[in-house]
Amino acid sequence: MSKFTEQMQAYRYNTGFALPPYNSPPIDVSHNIILYIEGLTVSFDGFRALNDLNLYINDGELRCLIGANGAGKTTLMDVITGKTRCDQGTVYFGQTINLLAHTEPEIAELGIGRKFQKPTVFEAQSVFANLELSLRTSKRVWHTLLASLSPVERDRIDDVLDIIGLAAQRDMLAGALSHGQKQWLEIGMLLVSEPRLLLIDEPVAGMTAQETERTAELLTSLAGDHTVVVVEHDMEFVRSIARTVTVLHQGTVLAEGTMDYVQNHPEVIEVYLGEAP
Amino acid sequence: MNAFGRMLAQLRNDGGSSAMFLGVLTAVTLLAGFANLVFPEGSIFHVSTFTITLLGKYFCYALLALAVDVIWGYCGILSLGHGAFFALGGYCMGMYLMRQIGDRGVYGNPELPDFMVFLNWDALPWYWHGFDMFWFAMLMALIVPGVLAYVFGWLAFRSRVTGVYLSIMTQALTYALMLAFFRNEMGFGGNNGLTDFKDILGFNLQADSTRVTLFAISALMLGLAFIASRFIMQSRLGRVVLAIRDAESRARFLGYRTHDYKVWLFVFSALLAAIAGALYVPQVGIINPGEFAPLNSIELVVWVAVGGRGTLYGAVCGAILVNYAKSKFTALIPEGWIFMLGALFVVVTIFLPKGIVGLLNKRRRKNGTGGGTPLASAEAGA
Repeated sequence: MSKFTEQMQAYRYNTGFALPPYNSPPIDVSHNIILYIEGLTVSFDGFRALNDLNLYINDGELRCLIGANGAGKTTLMDVITGKTRCDQGTVYFGQTINLLAHTEPEIAELGIGRKFQKPTVFEAQSVFANLELSLRTSKRVWHTLLASLSPVERDRIDDVLDIIGLAAQRDMLAGALSHGQKQWLEIGMLLVSEPRLLLIDEPVAGMTAQETERTAELLTSLAGDHTVVVVEHDMEFVRSIARTVTVLHQGTVLAEGTMDYVQNHPEVIEVYLGEAP
Repeated sequence: MNAFGRMLAQLRNDGGSSAMFLGVLTAVTLLAGFANLVFPEGSIFHVSTFTITLLGKYFCYALLALAVDVIWGYCGILSLGHGAFFALGGYCMGMYLMRQIGDRGVYGNPELPDFMVFLNWDALPWYWHGFDMFWFAMLMALIVPGVLAYVFGWLAFRSRVTGVYLSIMTQALTYALMLAFFRNEMGFGGNNGLTDFKDILGFNLQADSTRVTLFAISALMLGLAFIASRFIMQSRLGRVVLAIRDAESRARFLGYRTHDYKVWLFVFSALLAAIAGALYVPQVGIINPGEFAPLNSIELVVWVAVGGRGTLYGAVCGAILVNYAKSKFTALIPEGWIFMLGALFVVVTIFLPKGIVGLLNKRRRKNGTGGGTPLASAEAGA
């Protein structure tokens, strides 16, 4: 625990003092809300995956999204990151940035990082190269052709390797990692890209109890400087990290509040917790 | 200067295969050229001009295969139309060589190439102007295929056309160009194409020294293209390209505009193919619409598959080996080659998914002599 906190502090120290020469527009969080989602509707062949959904995420909070399969959790992340176009509604990043007008790479550059449900890493490349590719720096073609790692960037990757516990595997191919390690690597890729908002889809699937605990620790330590939105099925895990929980059901928000409030909410018990005890 | 230093360091750092490749290429070029020019005909050390031209032709094919490997082996884009860029580069060189003939043609018209006189044209079409200047023709040999690749790539990759659909579109592209170039009205000599070249920059194309020079330039361009491609693939850009091959949407969510990368690489690859075409034409002495034939483009994909994708030198070896086999085999049974080629593709796909290079690497690893690093298997196909 203490070593871990030290690592995180070292990481913050390094990132805080050496921001790369790279600028994304400032995010206006003057109302303390970083993500506004209003009236969002997405249908696939008549099926409404999201139905007039309203959701506000505060700056620096750790929010958990739960809900049965098909409740619209992943679709919501797809819309926020630009993968899926919505039929109606608005999504704003801070006060000013309309996310619906941007493509996936642009949204990533604005500072929204995403971890997929199924861990997606570049399997034919080393762990180190995976992290290098994720660095927060210019992603333009000519820049990457001539880019070389600065000592600061190298240190940052080393710090993240320590945090995610893959320092010994740095030269291993990512494809050779275990499922849990791939999950960690993907979280590491998020860390080096220094996003403002992290969208994390099922981070502990396939992890051992110990790894799960470490993930919980990491995510709670990230909140504050970053805003973290976690989608997770593992109720134990959600309970261990959640401050605010949002329950989705059939594409809308069913309930929102602390874990205890949500768990005692009659509708939630009926549609979700009742079904899957 | 920093980038150049890194380039040199990289050539040393990949287990010596790049250095070995460049060494062999230099040695073959110097020895063959020397043996042709120094030893008299009849000497056992003499290399005939025919062989020199054949080798030069193989080097052009090898450069073309390199172009396909860059886009297919590293980025997973299977282009079945790369012959089009090769042929366009070749046509630009052919137009220059046509203009060099001057009044030595059959009809002796100093302004118009023979086929235009034959078609009763009375003036040079506007797009033939400027091709009497070597620098202009060479610039066009790069610009025309480059712009075509850019426009095609921009439209295709922006619309996120991938996989087999993209392959079919590239095939259609080269087929459409073939049909267009077959037409006499296009002004490129119809199905006869451009031929009967006399000299290049004032040097007689039939002279041994010119042949050796063209051969040496082909080898030089092959070497430079190899170094440039190696540099790109070892840079961070190369890693992004691999990332796009293996998980394009992940790369997008990291902030990479993947279509920009694909277009960039596609244009680079098309330029290599165009250079190969421009060097090929003066050595074989003809360019006709047959070079646009879809079969040609498919054949060159087979070269790369046989050699092994994603290693660069594998593609070069594949191109040379298959074409050597073709030269030998077509001398024996001309009609049989196409079946042979098909069989080769099937055999390689089933038994040698990583080509000859993959087989050799496997051997080497089994014998325990290096090549066993985990990164060595990073060349796995898409």
